[in-house]
Order: sequence, then structure tokens, then C-alpha cells
Amino acid sequence: MSVIIILLIASISVAALFLVAFLWGVKSGQFEDDYSPSSRILFEDKPASSTKTV
Amino acid sequence: MALPVITDQQLHCYHCGETCANEKIHVAEKIFCCDGCKMVYQILNEGELCEYYNLNENPGINQRVHVRKDKFAFLDDDKIQVQLISFRDNKQVHVTFYLPQMHCSSCLYLLENLHRLDPGVVSSKVNFTRKEVDIVLLTPQTSLRKVAETLTSIGYEPYISLNDLKEKRPAINKSMVYQLGIAGFCFGNIMLMSFPEYLGIDASEVGLRGMFRWANFALAIPVLLYSSLPFYESSWKSLKHKFLNIDAPIALAIIVTFVRSAWEVISGTGGGYFDSMTGIVFFMLAGRIVQDKTYRQLSFERDYTSYFPIAVSVLKENTEVPTTLPDLKPGDTLLIHNEELIPADGILSKGKAFIDYSFVTGESLPVLKEVGELVYAGGKQTEGNIEILVVKEVAQSYLTKLWNRDEFKKQEQSKSVSFVHLLSRYFTYIVLTIALVTGIYWQLNDPSKLWPAVTAIFIIACPCALLLSNTFTNGNILRILGHNHFYLRSAQTIEDMAKATHIVFDKTGTLTSTQQQDINYEGTPLTAYQQQQVAVLASCSNHPLSKALAKHLGIPKNMEVAAFKETTGMGVEGFVNGDLLRSGSYEFVAGKHNTQPGTAVYVSINNKVYGFFLFSNHYREAIPGLLNELKNEYRLSVLSGDNEAEKNNLERLLGRKATLLFHQKPEDKLQYIQQLQQQGEKVMMIGDGLNDAGALKQSDIGIAVAEQTNNFTPSSDAIIEARQFSRLTKFIRLCRANRNIVVASFVLSIVYNIIGISFAVQGNLSPLVAAILMPSSSLSILLLTFGSSSLLARRMKL
Repeated sequence: MSVIIILLIASISVAALFLVAFLWGVKSGQFEDDYSPSSRILFEDKPASSTKTV
Repeated sequence: MALPVITDQQLHCYHCGETCANEKIHVAEKIFCCDGCKMVYQILNEGELCEYYNLNENPGINQRVHVRKDKFAFLDDDKIQVQLISFRDNKQVHVTFYLPQMHCSSCLYLLENLHRLDPGVVSSKVNFTRKEVDIVLLTPQTSLRKVAETLTSIGYEPYISLNDLKEKRPAINKSMVYQLGIAGFCFGNIMLMSFPEYLGIDASEVGLRGMFRWANFALAIPVLLYSSLPFYESSWKSLKHKFLNIDAPIALAIIVTFVRSAWEVISGTGGGYFDSMTGIVFFMLAGRIVQDKTYRQLSFERDYTSYFPIAVSVLKENTEVPTTLPDLKPGDTLLIHNEELIPADGILSKGKAFIDYSFVTGESLPVLKEVGELVYAGGKQTEGNIEILVVKEVAQSYLTKLWNRDEFKKQEQSKSVSFVHLLSRYFTYIVLTIALVTGIYWQLNDPSKLWPAVTAIFIIACPCALLLSNTFTNGNILRILGHNHFYLRSAQTIEDMAKATHIVFDKTGTLTSTQQQDINYEGTPLTAYQQQQVAVLASCSNHPLSKALAKHLGIPKNMEVAAFKETTGMGVEGFVNGDLLRSGSYEFVAGKHNTQPGTAVYVSINNKVYGFFLFSNHYREAIPGLLNELKNEYRLSVLSGDNEAEKNNLERLLGRKATLLFHQKPEDKLQYIQQLQQQGEKVMMIGDGLNDAGALKQSDIGIAVAEQTNNFTPSSDAIIEARQFSRLTKFIRLCRANRNIVVASFVLSIVYNIIGISFAVQGNLSPLVAAILMPSSSLSILLLTFGSSSLLARRMKL
């Protein structure tokens, strides 16, 4: 049954990884502004002069 | 009378989307309503940022109102800079600007590409919820002032107020989210590892069971020592004030559960109740977070400092010196530019002041002041520049003194206490009695079962269900109201709303709209052509009455105004298609004195007086219906800073029983509220301006009305968007239902408690029973509170 011990360690460390990821996300402010990242990703860096109309 | 409506195809500005008067201003097939908009387009075009216009249609902000050239001169002042920037070394400066104009993804795109317009900008990052942009700039290449001016030139004028001079805003406290995360992690894993305990385990593998128990023990420690901290802190605070709040029995239950479970594990007699303990902490923290998720982008704490500018121009030997407001001294001469705020009480020393006090006193129309007259701080100059000799420091002025009253500071503590705490207190007494009786019973019959039974009672019967139902119901109601653009400061506000007995309204800006006025024409009828002539003349002026008149009549195209002349405080004149038109006061138009009927604008064409446009307050559309609903349930009052012109209208709307008071100064309003409170009334005050600020603070619940929630609102308990005003009765009804929902789910939880206690008093609360009872009671309460409050809101069509 020592395999259970290995499984236990594995499951807790995976869960701990998610916990760390969550805490990191909160700390870096990922949950504070839920509008700009979703829009920002859609902006293209167009090659210069393509937008120039005059 | 009928007015011609211009129905032919209207032209919309490519930049801001507003209707254009003519096609004169255009660049490359694109039409603009004004030179300001055109300029922004040209700047963006040069910077190759025209993607701005592709992301959203007409994303710009109208640029008709020009910003003064040296407006941001004060940003060159080192002392002011230090207050605004967050970091500086000899190369880089980090600064955060608040840009209230931000509203769409185009704004985001433009602001994050600021480096293309100003190469000195290293990076700019937008926080959309807070409407802020964090800018990193290189100092020799550019400066704060230049960046602010660049932002202004593209339509995003940074809002810098006196409030920025005070200490920095406290960082948002995230610790409760961390605590929730850790509690969730520990709870999940403990549940997993408790399965052997629930389902039983083979005798051959007893060693494993011991290991699982010790692992649970270890995982429960962070919950006990870190995640539960908010409960310890809150109960400690309440005990210091000799008041037993709901957190005290909860903190006790957490500690008792842990000690009992730890003892079971150490002595090898059982697995303990770590799963229940961590689970309940997790659910309660989640409830707290749902409830406290307030509207960070809104400010409920604004005082006059966020309304006042950070600096003004002081005239010293004929040069303008930007000076911060706290440094103003009596005797200084201030130069107040057009559309600027008067920051201190003073005497008008040069120019003709035409001051808009609507925000301060509630008077709906600008007031004319002549040289030598006293002008109060808070008013906004509307025509041309004036000079003012300061007589009082900013903090000593009429308006600011009202704010700094000691009474407000004292009042903070005596705020009302939620009924939940009182309910939990009775609950705690009952539980303690049951525990005592059980204890005595087992002491006499079987002392070995004494401690298991008593601790089990504490574990089962903590009022956590009450806390859960309260926090989740509050959270959901706050969320529903927020969706309807009615924002409450905190959960306690819900209860205060429900308790109100007397509603006091302000008039200007609350019952009536400041942006619209009813205009009626009296006199010799004007032809459609003549009306257009008047409209064109009026559209040339920035005076509020002229602007309203032009908007009312509709601005036609293809008409020329020649020799336009505006006489401050009197009127405007000019030749429109060859006819001499005058509009303004009777004195100006007819050349002789006469008393005017209320606010009227007279019109003459080729020196013949035709008649006048009469201006009256425009009540918000929904007001009659709302007042009709309210007047049966509440006592109503109206406090107006304005004159009595609207008395008859108001009497009709509010009914005879209502109290109507006019010419009310800010202190009068505050005192009226105090009087009502002394008579035992719970007062709900609804107002919008600085003149209501005192009354809003004094009242049991102060609601600020805002045209847009980003606009300035005085500090209050709630902010309502003007458009949602009609639904106030529904909002109040929802708040009243809150209490019933909490009580109903509490009753449900008591049923669970009775089942649990019946096990506990017998001394055989098995881990499995506890493990089923705890999550199922929590979840069913959660469902009940969320479900019933959402259902109710749907039935009310909120």
C-alpha cells in the first residue's frame, strides 16, 4: 500500500501548485481588471503606414 | 407651440459621433463637428493610430470645450510633482493619471500606444476598472506636464484634484482572498483524506489511517492560524467594546473544534472534525468576500478635495504662478480662467463674474457678480477670466468648513448595528444553556462522555449558518442592485434602506435635471425661419441659457452670423442673414428696465421685441410616478436651495402632507435632518450636490444621484444613476426582503442544528454525520439565499 503514500504526495503537490498559482494571480492583480487584458490581446501591431489615410 | 424639426439626414462627427451643424470641417472625406475633434484625428493620423476608429464607431470624446493652454503649468512645480508620482530616479518617472473619459477598447488601444505620440513615454498601462493609466516616462525627453498635455490633446484630460495632495490611497486588502485560497486548498485535501474515516478501513491497514489523520491535522493548522484570523480579530474587537457580535461564537467554535480534533488524533481515539472546521471557514470566508465585493471604481468617500483643483494661478507682479491650494494665503490675487472653479472665498477684483453655483447651493442658474462683491468657494466661473482677492484660506471657506464639522467624526461610531448580531446573541445564549444542561447531565450520569458531548454541541451549533445566510443574501442583493446601477457602500446599507421612514429630496439635480430645461415661448409668434435665426445666434454663445435655447430650437445649417457680440450677464447680438438679432435680458433687448417673469430670454429682430422664452425646471421623467408611489408609504420633504418658483409644481407632485422648504443653505438642510432624527425618524436623504453633502452625511442613509457614476458625487452611503431613479421603490422593497430571506434560511439552518444537536447531546456525533450535515446545510443555505433573492429580483423585473 505504499503506493498510496506516493499518490498522496503527488496529489497534494499538484493541488499545492494550483494554490501557488492562485495566490500568485491574486498578488499580481490579475483579478482586478477583467476588461483590458481581453481587449488588449486583440490589438494588432499593424505595419507602419498601413493606417495612414492622408 | 410647434417647432420645426430638422429631419433631413444628419451628419455625425467621425470622431465623437455627435451631430454636425455643417460640413465645413472635414479631412479626407471625414466630417467633424468641431476643430477640436478634427485636431485629435490629425494627431492620431500622424501617429498612425487610426486603428482607434476601427475598433469602435465614433469612439472619441467631443472636443468643443477647449482646454486652456497653460492649464497643466502646475505640473512643472516640483512640490506638486512629488505628490503625484509614485517613483522617480534621475532617468525615469512613474506616474498614475485618472482619466474619467475612458470608456471603450479604443481608449485602451490609444492610451497604451501613447509612446507613438510622445517618444519620451516608455510604457503606459491601463487599468480599465479604475480608469487609470500607469505611465513610465523618461525625464529629460519629456515631462509630466508634456504627457498631461498630450493626453489632453487627444481628448483624455487627466483629472487631478486637491485630493491627490493627501496621502496615497490605501492598497486594496487582498489578505482575505489569500485566506480563502488556503482554506479552500486545506478543505479540499482534508475531505479527500477523510474518506477512510467515513467509509471505514481494513484492520490490516490501521497504520495508514493514522497517517491520514496526522496529515489532516497538519493541513488544518494553516486554517486555524491564518485563514480564521478575520473572525478572531472581529470578535476580539467586539469584546473590547463589550458587545457580543456574531464572530465571537464562531471563533470559539473554530478553536473548540480544532482542540477537540487534535486531542482525538493525538490520543488515537478518532479522526476529529477537521473537515467540518476547514469547510465552514472556507464557506464563511467566501460569504464575506461576496458581501464585501464593493465597487472599487466608485468612491463613496469623496469630499470637497476631489472636486477642487490641485493648484490655481496666483498673480504675482503680473505673472501667473501656479500655487497649490493649501499654500493660498489671504491677500493673494487669483486668476480664475473661464470654466474654472473658485477655490477660496474672496472678493472679485477684476472682470465680471458669472458664477454657476448649482453644485454648491442648488440654484439652477448662474449668478452675476460685480467687482467688489464677495464670491464663495465652490462656484464655477462661466464667462471669461476674472481676478479674485483671497479673503479666507481654502480650509476656512464657507463650504469646506461645513465639511470639517466635528459632528461628522463623532457620528461614525454610532452607526447602526445589524440585526444579525442581535439574533446571533440570543442564539449563543441558547447554545450555552444547552451545553451547560448537557454537561450537568453527563457529569451526574457518565462523566467520561462529558467533554465529547459538550464540545460536539459547540461544533454543531455555531451560528455559522446565520453568518452564511446573511453574507450571501447581502452579497447577492448588492450584486443585483449594482446591475441596476444602484451602488451601495456596504451590506449594512441594505438594512438601513429598509428601515427608512422619511425621505428628503433635494430639488435641483435630483428631482429636476440640470441638463435639461423646459422652454416655452410667449409673445408674437416667430416664423420657422426666425426661430432658426434665433437658434444660430444662440449657438454662438457659451452661456448656459443660450446653449439650452439653441439645443431646444435645433441648430440649422447654412446660416451666417456677422458682428456677433456677447455682453456678459446681459445677452448676445449679431446679424443673422442680414437681420439684427438680439437675445438676452429685457433690459438688453428692449433698452429699459422691467421685472422678468422667472428666468426669461427676450428676443428682438431688427429692434422689434417679439417675445421671450421662459425657462422652467425639467423634472426627470419618472419623478411623478415615483413620488406618487412613495407618498403613501413615507413622509416626504423637499429641501431646495433655489427660489420658490417651483412650489406649485412640487405641491402637486408630492401631495399636501409633504414639507417643502426653499432657500435652504447647506446648514439648514443638515439641521432639518437632525430635527427629523430627534423626532425619531429614520431619514433617507437623496441629493446630488455639494450643498447636500452635509445632509447626506447626517442622514441615516444618504443617496447621491449622479448622471454618470464617474462624475463627482459627494460622500454618501449609496450612489444611484439618474436614469434608474424611477426604480427606487423597487430597490427599497428588495432591501426590505433581505431580512426575511436571512431569517428564513436561518430557520432552515436551525432545523439542521436540531438534528445535529440531538446527536451531539447523546455524545455520539460520528464523523460521518458531521461530514454530511455541515456541507449539506451550508450548500442548501447558499442555494436558498441566492435562489430566493434572485427569484424575487426577477419577479420585480430588476
